[in-house]
Amino acid sequence: METARHNILEGRKDQVHRKGQEPFNMACEKHSLAGSVSQRACVFCGSRVVLYPIADALHLIHGPAGCAAYTWDIRGALSSGPQLHRLSFTTDLRERDVIFGGEKKLYHALVELIDQFQPKAAFVYATCIVGVIGDDVDAVCKRVQEEKSIPVLPVHSEGFKGTKKDGYKAACDAMGRLVGTGDTAGIGPRSLNIMGDFNIAGETWLIKRYYERMGLQVVASFTGDGRIDDLRRAHGAALNVVQCSGSMIHLAKDMKERYGIPFIHVSYFGIEDMSRALYEVAEFFHDQDIVDRTQKLVRDEVSQIMPELNRYREKLMGKRACVYTGGAFKAFSLVRSLRTLGVQTVVVGSQTGSKDDYDLLRKLCDEGTILVDDTNPVELSRFVQEKGADLLIGGVKERPIAYKLGLGFCDHNHERKQVLAGYEGMVNFAREVYSSVCSPVWKLVPGRRTESEASGEAAAPTLLPVARKVS
Amino acid sequence: MGKSKVTAKPNPTSGECRHATRNPCRLCTPFGACMVFHGISGCVPFIHGSQGCATYIRRYLIGHYREPVDIACSNFAEPTTVFGGKQNLETGLINVAAQYVPEMIGICTTCLAETIGDDVPMFLHEITKQHPDLPRLVQVATPSYCGTHTDGFNQAVRSVVEALAQSGAKHHGVNLFSGMLSPADLRYLKEIMTDFGLAATVLPDYSDSFDGEVWGQYKKNIEHGTAIADIEKAGGARASIEFYSTASSKKSAGGYLLERFGTPYYGMPIPISVKDTDRFLSVVSQLSGRVPPDKYDGERGRLIDAYVDGHKYVFEKRAVVYGEECLVVSLASFLSEIGIVPALCASGGHSGRLRDALAEQIPEMMPDVTVLEDTDFWDIAEAAKAVRPDLIIGNSNGYKLKRELGIPLIRVGLPIHDRIGASRILHVGYRGAQQLYDRIVNALIEQQQEESSVGYTHI
Ligand code: SF4
Ligand code: SF4
Repeated sequence: METARHNILEGRKDQVHRKGQEPFNMACEKHSLAGSVSQRACVFCGSRVVLYPIADALHLIHGPAGCAAYTWDIRGALSSGPQLHRLSFTTDLRERDVIFGGEKKLYHALVELIDQFQPKAAFVYATCIVGVIGDDVDAVCKRVQEEKSIPVLPVHSEGFKGTKKDGYKAACDAMGRLVGTGDTAGIGPRSLNIMGDFNIAGETWLIKRYYERMGLQVVASFTGDGRIDDLRRAHGAALNVVQCSGSMIHLAKDMKERYGIPFIHVSYFGIEDMSRALYEVAEFFHDQDIVDRTQKLVRDEVSQIMPELNRYREKLMGKRACVYTGGAFKAFSLVRSLRTLGVQTVVVGSQTGSKDDYDLLRKLCDEGTILVDDTNPVELSRFVQEKGADLLIGGVKERPIAYKLGLGFCDHNHERKQVLAGYEGMVNFAREVYSSVCSPVWKLVPGRRTESEASGEAAAPTLLPVARKVS
Repeated sequence: MGKSKVTAKPNPTSGECRHATRNPCRLCTPFGACMVFHGISGCVPFIHGSQGCATYIRRYLIGHYREPVDIACSNFAEPTTVFGGKQNLETGLINVAAQYVPEMIGICTTCLAETIGDDVPMFLHEITKQHPDLPRLVQVATPSYCGTHTDGFNQAVRSVVEALAQSGAKHHGVNLFSGMLSPADLRYLKEIMTDFGLAATVLPDYSDSFDGEVWGQYKKNIEHGTAIADIEKAGGARASIEFYSTASSKKSAGGYLLERFGTPYYGMPIPISVKDTDRFLSVVSQLSGRVPPDKYDGERGRLIDAYVDGHKYVFEKRAVVYGEECLVVSLASFLSEIGIVPALCASGGHSGRLRDALAEQIPEMMPDVTVLEDTDFWDIAEAAKAVRPDLIIGNSNGYKLKRELGIPLIRVGLPIHDRIGASRILHVGYRGAQQLYDRIVNALIEQQQEESSVGYTHI
């Protein structure tokens, strides 16, 4: 059987760890090994994820058409007004442009699109080849900005210049140029910015309602249902509440430096993390009224969802999960949420986690749990089977792995169409997990590995000898 | 550039030459090449260039087929773009060989690798010398700024044939280069060949790798597809059949075999209409020396019977058709046969031959047909409004248009990412036409039924 070869590439062995084995020295934040089928995307993807939900901006992808075609309306970030973000614009570079340069085309494309769609600002994403054909994207943006009197912001997101995380940073840089250019009139002291929530299926709206019930004013959302004018005046807020540490941390730090706005890290996934987020925000304002309102909110919400959650918990007790996310921060919340549902996490990893992230994950997990950084389908399948997981949580790219092996699957990525944040989201999450794991169809999957078989065998994977690393 | 070549009306909104593309109507070249490599037994697709492209392509293929698709990548980093990609390519190939133990690795390139001028054939030559135990390496250059996914597909088929088919030793088999069809189409085509007693090499054959069974246990998913040994014999086949309308046979796999080995060549449109399927079957029948089995008379007869039963529902209805050029041409031919006017025929492809190919297939209808070449979905939507359509035929990317116009969308081709069962959609042969016909007629009936205030239960 093929699984006899355990297939961890030599160059990747220090990116896999089993809790309980010492020493713990997880390698991460590396460029993906050549030849491995990484589940990661690119710098451009990171920028696009972060900026995409800004619905009244023009998003122009400077490069060949493919990069734009693959990202056309693939995300579930909703807007309450303009829908400009859901269109896919590209300079569609052709051979001639590659040879003679794409600046002219970029200029004309920008002018033409700004005239047609009248956006509040434009983001210009430089993709891989722009980085090597020598287009001066900054200069073109500057020129159009002057001519059209709207901010035209270059996003240096050439795919090969790092990982998705570098794309987050490029996006933050672009937004940083907007912050501080708007009027802060009407912003009170009990105010905050929501950062790092992308309004997937309307999650930002949900979070915003919580804050409003607590008596707080939300100034800007970076970037779920985001608007350029809100971002411009965001420096008037008293606090930045940052979710998903990876994507917005640069901007939060930048705003702290420039405007002295403090920030806190939160997660909105799962009862524990959601409640902690609200309490921490409440405490920040040193106001008993806000604290009282928060307590009531949490009490009401939790008591409302508990009966249904308990029903799912009964069904899911003792199941095992594998969690593979983009950023590691989400993985923490997922491990906790699954625990709330009686599900044990047996494999956990992320595309872009840092050392600290993995350290925290290790503390959070049970003995024997496998930790992976930047894994690939071969490894992931292998680990899932070894551990007898019943469920895989990931994105669309991981879905077929789960289904082929006969496992339940829950999409926890930006492409989902379901609210998973907040209290209401916790119930949805539980229902998603339940409706996949407990479906009768798995009984028909031949050769599916059961839990008892899995626990009877825990062979360490053999390493393949031939591969070697590249710098 | 291409935009100025738009053959029908000028740009529907502005009338001017455009610089930006709004909602692209094509995918990129390595996408097509990866499909081909995924349809060869023992072959792993490998993209030389940046990782993002590989991941997006996988993501897109997974969205359509709902199957695992592993595509390896040489994962360029910043120094790679300065010093060239050889080291990454070498490491990547060694790692793929170790992890998948393939018989062959199919290498295509992203725009980046092409732009920095990597000489991949030379790299491969050197790498193979240093590592003689690597599997067979076949490469195709696929810069996306020069073509579409269809071009990448066709170029990959040709490159594979060029690299593998070294012998002209005669045999009785037939090569079938069917182009970018669905797994269901490939299965049906193989069934037809078997029914005629012909040993056919269908290249690529991803009918199992893109539409496989549930596994239960981990698999590498490279075991299915066209056998390399069969491709090696392609030069000696009795003939090659190739489906195309706008591609040039000079650059195709079939054209190559004709030139190199004198392998008789039959080029024809994708057989969807009765007329085109008749033509295909007559060639198959001629090659096999057998009359078509009764089964096909039955299929054909039932199809025409259905055409008769439904003719009133479709007559003079107007359709918007878009997608890969060859598919658009064959669909237009099918529509004209049943009395539907393909009022707008559009493609993101830029072969420059779409209009001519349509004129060849449906000369009588051309005065009423708008053709958009090298177009995008923004312009398709604008042009669609002008032709007053009753239905749309194309991939999922037309959903917004469907919603806006409130008319049915019959999903065909690729991508279909808002329904399940894309692999099971049959387009070709009498049976494919039958399925398409039923779906079209029923969609029109449903539309009529829903829009009526009476709520008829018998139509
Ligand atoms: S750079 Fe080229 S190969 Fe890569 S996604 Fe864009 S168009 Fe496709
Ligand atoms: S070309 Fe670069 S930016 Fe575009 S998808 Fe590929 S890796 Fe990402």
